[in-house]
Formats: sequence, C-alpha cells, structure tokens
Amino acid sequence: MIELHLILFFMIAAAIIAVEVKDLVSSVVAVGAVGIGLCMAFLVLKAPDLAIMQLVVEILSLIILIRATIRRDLPFSISGRWVFNTLATVSFIVVFLTLAYFALRSLPAFGNAAMKVSRFYIEDIMKTGSENVVSAIIVNFRAYDTLGEIAILFTAIVGVLAIARRVGYTKEKIDEPN
Amino acid sequence: MICIYMLCLALFLVGLYCVVRKRNLIKIIIGIGIMEYAVNLFFILGGYIRRGRSPIFAADQVIKNMVDPLSQAVVSTAIVIGLAFTLLLVAIAIRIYEKSGTFDITKINRLKG
Repeated sequence: MIELHLILFFMIAAAIIAVEVKDLVSSVVAVGAVGIGLCMAFLVLKAPDLAIMQLVVEILSLIILIRATIRRDLPFSISGRWVFNTLATVSFIVVFLTLAYFALRSLPAFGNAAMKVSRFYIEDIMKTGSENVVSAIIVNFRAYDTLGEIAILFTAIVGVLAIARRVGYTKEKIDEPN
Repeated sequence: MICIYMLCLALFLVGLYCVVRKRNLIKIIIGIGIMEYAVNLFFILGGYIRRGRSPIFAADQVIKNMVDPLSQAVVSTAIVIGLAFTLLLVAIAIRIYEKSGTFDITKINRLKG
C-alpha cells in the first residue's frame, strides 16, 4: 500500500500549507488539494461511490469558501497572548495523542476489518434487488438514517437563509405609500 | 500496520492545531474541514480488507471478499452533513464580517460587557 502512504503524505503537506499560508485564497485552494487527495484515497481504498460524492462536495465547498474570502483578504496577526495560546495548543495535542494511543491499540490491524454487522447486510442483499451494497444499505436497511441526514441538510439550509438574508420589511417601509 | 492510522491521526492534529491556534474565522472553518476529512478517512481505513474488492456485485467477479460496506454508507452520510455544516459556518462568518468588518476573532468585541 505504498500509494496510500504517498497520498496521505500529500494530504498532510497540503493541510500544513493551508494552515500556515498568509493569503486566504491560497489557503482555500490548498484545502481543495486536501479534498482531492481524499478523493484519490477513497479510490485506492475501494470506495468508488464515496470518491464521486467527495469530488462533488469538494467542488461545492470550494465555491462557497471562495465566495466567503474573495475581496475580503486581510492580513492577520498572531500578536498577544502568544505563550498562553501555544501552551493551550500543546496541551490539547498531548491529551489527544495519549487518548488516541490507547484507542488505536485496541483496534483490529489495518486490512483485517471485523465486519460483524455488515455480514448480515451482505447475507440479505438479494432481498433488496440491488447490486451495489452501499446504496442498498443507504436506501433500504438504513433508510431512517438517510431521512435524518436530509432533515439535517434542510435545517442547515433554513439556518443559512435566516442568517444570510437582508433586513426584512420594517413597519415604516410597509406604511409608506409607493 | 498501525503506521497508516498514525498518518491519519497526524492529519487530524493539523486541523486541531488550526482550530485552536489560528485567529482568523476562515482559517478556523478550514481547520474544521481538515478534521472532518481525517475522520472520514479513518472510517474507511478501519473498514478496509486487504486484497478486497469494492462492494458491488458484478457478473464476472473473481475476488470473493469485499471491503466493509457499512462504514462506506456511514461516511457517505457524514460527507453530506459536512457540506451543510461548512455552508452554515460560512454564512455565519460572512454575517460577522458585515457586522464588525473583520475576521479576527479577538477584534469582534461588540458583545463585550
């Protein structure tokens, strides 16, 4: 799996560039490179549905982020409370690494997934009439999961419309004759 | 082969550093996005089976064992939710920029009592 290591190193390098570069538009482009690397990693890991979906979502989120950063490019400074910020960051990372060390030891090794639950799905796949196991799980076995996902998407769009709209009609504007 | 999990963890830590350390709102959104990528990748890495095939039944298949389809289904839900999340965060960031004229989170102090 040397290609997976190469893709992961590429993703980490692009993420570090996205975090550390000064220009905001360059940062958004670098995070797009991370997303394309994730798309390639999905292809290597035998998940073609996710690769297609990740590509589409990546393009959409890149457009949204560029809409947020275009013509708003401002230099940012890291001044004030430098010691406190660095100490907080280092302590966060140390706590996370300690917890992750114990968590990763109890996982099965890479390449030997347990598949305790999905065995039942694969046994019953012929009842759904679908050739693609992933889409059978999404729209048949776990349909309520997808319903909740659509509810979350709807709620997020309602939130965006409530936040991003202009100021509505006030009483004076309604009362004045046109 | 715990090494590949560690690389995925390093990607997560880059995003965590960005969220905790940076003070620009767009940088914080980018850091959350990087963390989300790392978690999605970790799910797929956990469901991988060596020399497996993609979970699609074909007529002329020769490889018997397939990779875990359940983690792929869960991640396909998580990708769409991540898009909605990014959309909401960017809308809030644009609104804050219109109100206060900056993305720096230490200069947004209109609510300071």
